[in-house]
Amino acid sequence: MTLPNERKLLTPQEYRQAQDSPEFAELRRRFRRFAVPMTVAFLAWYLLYVLLSTYATDFMSTEVFGNVNLGLLLGLGQFVSTFAITTLYVRYSGRTTDPIADEMRERLEAHEFSAPRGGGATRA
Amino acid sequence: MHDVIAADAATIGEPAVNISIFGVFVLITLVITFKASRNNSSAADFYAAGRNISGTQNGLAIAGDYLSAASFLGIAGAIAVYGYDGFLYSIGFLVAWLVALLLVAELLRNTARFTMADVLAFRMRQGPVRTAAALSTLVVSLFYLLAQMAGAGGLVTLLLGVTGEAAQAATVVVVGALMIFYVLVGGMRGTTYVQLIKATLLIIGAFVMTVWVLGRYGFNLSSLLGAAQDSSDAAATPRQVLSPGAQYGATGTSKLDFISLGLALVLGTAGLPHVLMRFYTVPTAKDARKSVVWAIWLIGIFYLFSLVIGYGSGALVGADRILAAPGGVNAAAPLLAFELGGTALLGIIAGVAFATILAVVAGLTITASASFAHDVYASVIKKGQSSPDAEVRVARIAAIVIGAVAIGLGILALQAGLNIAFLVALAFAVAASANLPTILYTLFWKGFTTRGALWSIYGGLIACVTLILFSPVVSGAPVNGTTGKSTSLIQGVDFSWFPLNNPAIVSIPLSFFLGWLGTKLSKERPDVDKYAELEVRSLTGIGAEKAVPH
Repeated sequence: MTLPNERKLLTPQEYRQAQDSPEFAELRRRFRRFAVPMTVAFLAWYLLYVLLSTYATDFMSTEVFGNVNLGLLLGLGQFVSTFAITTLYVRYSGRTTDPIADEMRERLEAHEFSAPRGGGATRA
Repeated sequence: MHDVIAADAATIGEPAVNISIFGVFVLITLVITFKASRNNSSAADFYAAGRNISGTQNGLAIAGDYLSAASFLGIAGAIAVYGYDGFLYSIGFLVAWLVALLLVAELLRNTARFTMADVLAFRMRQGPVRTAAALSTLVVSLFYLLAQMAGAGGLVTLLLGVTGEAAQAATVVVVGALMIFYVLVGGMRGTTYVQLIKATLLIIGAFVMTVWVLGRYGFNLSSLLGAAQDSSDAAATPRQVLSPGAQYGATGTSKLDFISLGLALVLGTAGLPHVLMRFYTVPTAKDARKSVVWAIWLIGIFYLFSLVIGYGSGALVGADRILAAPGGVNAAAPLLAFELGGTALLGIIAGVAFATILAVVAGLTITASASFAHDVYASVIKKGQSSPDAEVRVARIAAIVIGAVAIGLGILALQAGLNIAFLVALAFAVAASANLPTILYTLFWKGFTTRGALWSIYGGLIACVTLILFSPVVSGAPVNGTTGKSTSLIQGVDFSWFPLNNPAIVSIPLSFFLGWLGTKLSKERPDVDKYAELEVRSLTGIGAEKAVPH
């Protein structure tokens, strides 16, 4: 409502068409297929680590080598998993979601979703 | 008199060196800010640096914005004194960035213009939702800002060799005035450059100290850890610094408190308005992704340095000397720098510490003033009818007012001797409760309505502030036998009934629940057209704000 008019390049119908298109459904599916399970996984792993550090201190104090104990290694493991998920996400999105997003953006800019259903799908 | 002598004994290094190094930083940043001001005409320039910052630069600036004095001095100090429990903080602060990377950064860059409220109000009735989002932005930013200001006042005694209320107040005024100048003259571009320089200095400084400490122990982590434990065994209060529990393991309540804090840290980052605003300074969503990736690596590596610096100060300086110094745990890293490299290294680390505070407060001020001008003034008061020039003028005035308020409250807190370090954790708790649930519902739940958004924002905000008000943070914490003071904000009274120091474990689920309940109870139908626009824009980037050509 407060958006300036010059940015209203696409009509609500076009957005609805785009949202209902099979390629957008695929884009959404691919985005969520990575983001949702991965978020659940890293939050669960983080919570497990916090709970172990809070309620299983003896277990976490188990020495593994020298003065390095399990708690420290699992903590460093949080760093490793964070870096790993970051790298995986960049690779996943570059290969899996970006191509669809880029193609849809170009077609939206060309107003290819203004035609009734199916208008866009014939291209490609 | 007594104070002066104590401070003399406690001041380390050569104040003149510390001040000159800090002065050089200020001078360089002022010149750069001044140069940045030449391209500062439009709203997109002022709020978002013309969206011309590269992904790599923005990643460094995010690190500069995020690694506050609490991160640099606080975590190293907590590790030095309490060991493992301090390390736990840094993990929460880091893992939190995955929420921003996977769920928030790119989608926000694609759909919003300048503020957090842009995306929260996208599908909703503008007035009420923008007001709520702006209020939450102002509360989070002001809490965070006050904690930084008080931190600056505390640092000055240790590093600049000055003491007394007047000197502390003067420091807060200088920090506040510089911060207003950066924002007023440099806008987001100037603020970004300050954060870039500061992050570079901070990471290099931490790297040097890390290598130095490890060198002392033959690059053997195990011997460093052993030395830290030996040093703690010899301290007045020996602690098991290599195992969890030294700080939070005392009772069932303190354990629960730690879990609550852990939740606030991991879910708060992606709801911090000054972090979100940084995503708008890059040209595209892919650059937003790239900046978060850079930020994660830089912040992660920095926290690994902090681990070594923390245990190093525990081993080489010792908990007793750290706790006796002005600033308490915050003194650990500066004391270690002095121990290792004498006056010169201390001067550099002191300069970096002040630069850290300046860069963070500038980022907070521009966020709060943008939210006031863009959300409250332009959208709610003027109903979108104001000119962009008027909006930027209001933002500049707001920056002065917010800066003045922060200076005033910061001085008041210092003079009253209030312990307001808890405000950082509270800012994370409010961001995690009021902002993150609303952002996630807005982006991913088709049926979410205006009432749901209002209930989750206000519910999370009010729950956090109310619970903290009736917690031991404000009143009723046990009195310490040796100092005769309790850790509470207000001494001598007890009106607390909430046992935890951090409200997140209650307020985050409550906010998610209220957002759902408000939506289910509203008669209003969700705006399906707007949701189609939001969803298509967020995932494809169509219609996203473009960079300003210069």
